[in-house]
Amino acid sequence: MAENSFEPKIMGFLCQWCSYTGADLAGTSRMQYPPNICVTRVMCSGRVDLTFVADALADGADGVLIAGCHPGDCHYSEGNFRTMRRYSMLLNLLDQFGVEKERVRLEWISASEGEKFAKVVTEMAESLKTLGPLNWKERSANYCGAL
Amino acid sequence: MAKPKVAFYWCASCGGCEEAVVDLHETILKVVEAVDIALWPVALDFKRKDVESWKPGEVAVAFINGAVRTSEQVEWVKLLRQKCPLVVAFGSCAHLGGIPGLSNSTTREASLANKYVNSPSVDNPDGTLPQLESKVDGYTEKLPEFLSCVRSLDQVIEVDYYLPGCPPVPELILKAVTAILENKLPAKGSVLAPEKSLCDECPRKESKPETIEIDEFRRVATSTPDPEKCFLAEGYVCMGPATRSGCGERCISANMPCRGCFGPAPEVRDGGMKMLSALASLLHAKEEAVADRITGTMVDPLGTFYRFSLPASILKHKLS
Repeated sequence: MAENSFEPKIMGFLCQWCSYTGADLAGTSRMQYPPNICVTRVMCSGRVDLTFVADALADGADGVLIAGCHPGDCHYSEGNFRTMRRYSMLLNLLDQFGVEKERVRLEWISASEGEKFAKVVTEMAESLKTLGPLNWKERSANYCGAL
Repeated sequence: MAKPKVAFYWCASCGGCEEAVVDLHETILKVVEAVDIALWPVALDFKRKDVESWKPGEVAVAFINGAVRTSEQVEWVKLLRQKCPLVVAFGSCAHLGGIPGLSNSTTREASLANKYVNSPSVDNPDGTLPQLESKVDGYTEKLPEFLSCVRSLDQVIEVDYYLPGCPPVPELILKAVTAILENKLPAKGSVLAPEKSLCDECPRKESKPETIEIDEFRRVATSTPDPEKCFLAEGYVCMGPATRSGCGERCISANMPCRGCFGPAPEVRDGGMKMLSALASLLHAKEEAVADRITGTMVDPLGTFYRFSLPASILKHKLS
């Protein structure tokens, strides 16, 4: 595949109170952003069990976006702090797995920040295009070899 | 009626699982009264041709320990699967890949170079690596292939039951053997250990505070845990919350936090990610910089969270 025709797949986990509503605002306001993101609504960014991230990367995503309310604004008061702590540790772990840190991004996007959502997705799609496909399945098959 | 026959086999393992069988002490006499051992390479001399001559079903169950790393191990486990109606993955390595599975955090080439060339105790100026075939005095010698990754047993053959642990504890081994003899086995694919997490059984659980806030990760290599307090409350990574119970909490009694050898609790596909999710949420941080400082004090997250389970995890290995 020629580099410029590569369209990255981004898996998005958006908290329903802020970031999902923010994404909705981007849509209803007809803001333009790349169609590379596939969004799943979660009740809270704190609901994002990191198993979801591992699954997404192993199943063909080139990047993962986790987005939640700004610190202090969590509907459940503490959920996004947990996400922030997990994210910090996750990056260290993924580094050991050989996954570039640009592939997994955490952003705080409020319900009124449709513009920020569009900007984050645009930036992420650009940086993943530069980074190239993750291709976990194929690289895993190469690593393990046939039996 | 003839006694049922059982087989023990080992793959990439340390021998600790064999030791666990011997640890049955005098109880082993009861086992030997009830069954005949048809194969046990560590203790008794049997050859592959003996196994090949078994009639299908003649040997009722194979207990296989160790991860699968070489072509010879692949051949042996496939042969045992073909001959035995019941296969039990015995111990952490067969169950989840175990300690040898940590080799998946590097490459086959790096592992070979480390072992045969770079190790300080090795004298190998030509950098010779094991060859599949070599000629010695007109004879051709053959070695099994060192495969490119470590696999858990169920990534090679179908496995009926799992006996977890590094090594499995005598009580659970005996229970499993009894269940097989009395034909009282649970659903196929079950892990033959309790369903609760280790924290539920922990002798220190009363000392676990309502909220745990970790300011820094500590290691038993560099400091000594309080012999009575919850390890997590002191900042030691204890895999108890995400690990299956049934081990008898022996590590805890020896003032050693749980390292996760019994594998994840039921319904969990990736114990490492679950534990990371749970543990990280306990950090005493409300700012990113503080969280980064604390997570930076954990020396080896991959080796900590996947000490026994890297090959069986969702990501399975380092990308190369």
